[in-house]
Amino acid sequence: MKKVYMDYGATTPTDPRVLKAMEPYFLKYYGNSMSVHSWGVKAKEALEESRERVASLMNAKAKEVVFTSSATESDNFALKGIAFANKNKGKHIIVSSIEHHAVLEPAEWLKKQGFEVTILPVDEYGLIDLNKLENVIRNDTVLVSIIFGNNEIGVIQDIKGIGKICREKGVYFHSDATQAFGKVPIDVKRMNIDLLTINAHKVYGPKGVGGLYVRDGIEIDPLLHGGGHEFGLRSSTVNVPGIVGFGKVAEIQKKEMNLDARKQIKLRDRLIKETLKIENSHLNGHPTKRLPNNTHFWFAYIEGESLIMQLDTHGIAASTGSACSSGSLEPSHVLLALGLKHEEAHGSLRLTLGKYNTKEDVNYVLKVLPSVVERLRKISPFKGKWE
Amino acid sequence: MRPYSLYTKEVMKHFKNPHNMGKIKNPDGVGKVGNPLCGDVMWLYIKVKKRKDGKEIIDDVKFQTFGCVAAIATSSKITDLAKGKTLEEALEIDREDIVKSLGGLPVPKIHCSLLATDALAEAIYDYYKKNKIPILESLSKRHERIQRVLKSVEERYEHVELKKV
Repeated sequence: MKKVYMDYGATTPTDPRVLKAMEPYFLKYYGNSMSVHSWGVKAKEALEESRERVASLMNAKAKEVVFTSSATESDNFALKGIAFANKNKGKHIIVSSIEHHAVLEPAEWLKKQGFEVTILPVDEYGLIDLNKLENVIRNDTVLVSIIFGNNEIGVIQDIKGIGKICREKGVYFHSDATQAFGKVPIDVKRMNIDLLTINAHKVYGPKGVGGLYVRDGIEIDPLLHGGGHEFGLRSSTVNVPGIVGFGKVAEIQKKEMNLDARKQIKLRDRLIKETLKIENSHLNGHPTKRLPNNTHFWFAYIEGESLIMQLDTHGIAASTGSACSSGSLEPSHVLLALGLKHEEAHGSLRLTLGKYNTKEDVNYVLKVLPSVVERLRKISPFKGKWE
Repeated sequence: MRPYSLYTKEVMKHFKNPHNMGKIKNPDGVGKVGNPLCGDVMWLYIKVKKRKDGKEIIDDVKFQTFGCVAAIATSSKITDLAKGKTLEEALEIDREDIVKSLGGLPVPKIHCSLLATDALAEAIYDYYKKNKIPILESLSKRHERIQRVLKSVEERYEHVELKKV
C-alpha cells in the first residue's frame, strides 16, 4: 500500500544532512559546553556557531537567541518570564483566541498569579483586527502574544502591523512562530518583534530543541535557575547535538526555504481546489494568508476521528480538531473561535504538507479522500442542508 | 495490533467493515439517540418476528451513525449482539458486554457504548409502543432520560436535514 505522510504540522522527519551534522556531537565531540578543557571548547564552538546560524535566519543577533527544549518551553518562558520581570510596569497581558495551548495555558496560569489577561477575538478567517488590538492595549499592558502562523488553520497574521502598534505603545510583542520559522521569511527587526518562539522539529530538525529570541535589552526572568547556562536565562546542560541540528536546519532553510515554499504552495492550492469539489466541504483559514504547507477543511455529516482513521487505513497520515479526537471531548478552540459550530468542527481535517511530499502524494490523497468521505456519509444518518 | 494503538483490533475490524450498516425499510422499531458530550448521533432499526415458542426476537437490525471510530464500532457490535435475541435478552445487553466483546475501549470513549445500548433500548421501546405492548417501568424511565438528552442534541442539529426512516 502507498504511504503518504501529510501531517508535517505535527512533526517532520529529520533531514539526513541535519542528522549527519549532529552525529559527531554524540560520538566524538561530546564535551559539556561549560567545561573549560578542549572537549568543552569544541562543544562551545559548535553551540555558538549554531546560535549564529539560527539568529541569521530571522535577522537577529546571536546573543538574542536562547536555546530551550521545545516551543512549549519557549512560550512558557516568554509569557511567565516577561510577566514576572515586568510586574512593576503592569500586570495586563493580551493573547489571541487562536493561540496554541502552550500560550493559552500559561496565560490562564498567570491569571491565578494575579495577572489580567485579555483574549483578542479573530474574524472568520482567523485574523485579528489591528484596530481592536490597539483598543485593548492599556497603560498597564506589558505583553501582547499573537501566533505567527496558526498550527491548525495555518492563517498568517499581519505581524508587521502588530509589531508596529506594540512598539509605538511601548508594549512587548511575543509571537509563537513554531509553525512559521524556517517556512516563511521572518525579520524580527523589520517586524518589530521582541520575543519569538522557534523550534527545530517542525522544519526537519530533531525533537527536543527549541529557542526563544529575546530582543537585546529586554527584561525577562528565567524559568529554570541553576548553573547559569544560556546567558543565565536557561540553566541546564546544553543539548549540543540537538542545537547543532537546529543550526544545520537554519542553514539549510535559509537557502532552500523559498523554493520549498513555492513548491508546497503549488501542491497546497491544488489540494484545496480539488478537495473543495467534494460536496459540502469547506476551507478553514484564509485562502492566501496561510502557511505554505497548510490545508484545513471541514466536511458536513461526518466526524473527524473516523475520517483520520479511515485515511490511516489507506496509508495517509492527517489530523483533526474534532471533539472525539481530544481527551476532553471539546472541539478545537481555534475552530470555535472562527465561529464554527461544534458539529462543524466535528468534521474537520488538517492535511499539512512537507518538502518530501510529491505531486503523486497529492494525487493519491485526492483519489482516496472523496471515497472515504462518501463512505462515512453513507454510515451517517444526516443527509443535507448543513449550511 | 500494536499495544499503543488507541483502538483494539476488534474495534478497527468493525470500524473498517461495519456490520448491518444502513436502514431497514418499514422497520418495526426505531431508536434515535444522541450524545450531548461529543454530538454523536446514532439511529438503530429493528425488525421483529415471533419464534416458534411464541417469543418475539430481533430478526434484523441495522444502524446509521454520525460519530467517531468508537461510535461506529459499538454500533456495529451491538447489531451483532442483538440479532436473534429475544427482546428481553436484547434489553439485557449492557455497555460492559459491548466493551468486553470489542476487547476494550479507551476511557474517554466508553460513553459511546452507552449510546449503542440506548439506541437498542429505544428501538424496542418504539416497537412496544407501536404494538401497544405493556412497557416495564424501568424501560419507560430509561426512555424519558434518553429523550431528554436527545432533545438537547437535536436542537444542535436543527439546521440539518436527516435521512428518511
